[in-house]
Amino acid sequence: MRRIHDMGGLPAGSIDSAGHDYAPWEKRVDAIMRLLTRPDRQTMTVDELRRGIEDLGPGAYDRLNYYQRWIASIANILIERGVIGVDELGRRMADVEARWRADGRTRRDIEP
Amino acid sequence: MTDRLQPGTAVRVRAAFPPGHVRTPFFLRGKNGRIESLAGDFPNPEELAYGRPGLPRRALYRVVFRQSDLWPGYPGKTADTLVADIFEHWLDPVP
Amino acid sequence: MSHPHDDIEDSGYDDYQLMAEAIGEILIDKGLFRAAELRRTVEAIDAITPALGARVVARAWIDAGFRERMLADVNAAARELGIDAGPIPIRALANTPGVHNMIVCTLCSCYPRLLIGLPPDWYKSRAYRSRAVADPRAVLAEFGTVLPDDVAIRVHDSTADLRYLVLPMRPPRTDGMDEAALAALVTRDSMVGVAVIDR
Repeated sequence: MRRIHDMGGLPAGSIDSAGHDYAPWEKRVDAIMRLLTRPDRQTMTVDELRRGIEDLGPGAYDRLNYYQRWIASIANILIERGVIGVDELGRRMADVEARWRADGRTRRDIEP
Repeated sequence: MTDRLQPGTAVRVRAAFPPGHVRTPFFLRGKNGRIESLAGDFPNPEELAYGRPGLPRRALYRVVFRQSDLWPGYPGKTADTLVADIFEHWLDPVP
Repeated sequence: MSHPHDDIEDSGYDDYQLMAEAIGEILIDKGLFRAAELRRTVEAIDAITPALGARVVARAWIDAGFRERMLADVNAAARELGIDAGPIPIRALANTPGVHNMIVCTLCSCYPRLLIGLPPDWYKSRAYRSRAVADPRAVLAEFGTVLPDDVAIRVHDSTADLRYLVLPMRPPRTDGMDEAALAALVTRDSMVGVAVIDR
């Protein structure tokens, strides 16, 4: 079996060399990962991050962008390891959303 | 610990296709290459990925492949090569 | 396939941004790290650019002893210049008149981020990761890079605990340039191996 992330040698289209400036939330995800994997106080490994991304499966892997895959994997790994709970994460996400909506931000749908 | 593979040794990447976290790319499975160098000893990522320590450390080799051996009808030059870092347990010596 | 990216000016949010915010807050509340550490880490991400790697390359061009030390251990050589390239070993790949090196991570996006900053989107794309190993010359051509017929290409797939940095050849007609001017010539793309430095 060839897993979805294991793409060396597959046919693909032309390379789009346009980049994008990383958004603050993306740098936040990267920073969280650096802090969680620092050698002196390691909570998870980059290997777990990768495994979590690979296990998101073909649909999510291609639909989500790079840091969406990262935070989805980090969330799953931290839940799996008991560092955070599903309920507390859900409550905190709702708190954050309430604050953001009070600031006038609106939800952007990404999934069909 | 298995004996160290010396630079220049002919090796074949094992043609196994398990699920799970594997760092040997699909396109190299079953391919023949040569040891370029020993990169060092590292914990096994296949274990680290599941929260286990991945010990004892295993030898990680830089393995060089001829592109013409990897891709039928490779469009580049015959001197083109590819190097990948492969763990010892994915390599069999070729007699 | 291209992915929607968040316009920095766009105030719309999605579940993933909510997760990023919420997880950061919870981890701070639980003491896994402090808010100040998170802020400093984001600042450190912003501070690392290809210019750091360029300094290491420029020093290797002018100092043969440094070049040897860089080829043996990029992290230690970078430390000589006051640059902390982190714990993951970075290996230098020296371009020669006969060999051009190119870096990819087909399995994910391993990249020497602590020396040259976050990777560009194309490096992480399906197109680059799929095609760089199988047809590097066509990929180079898309970047406008055409190598002479007698140059072999060596593609390095970063599959494990090493990261890679291409040490480009010093371009011609640069004798007498000082180190800072040489460093200014070194591009990110030349350190990944999709470009050479013309002069």
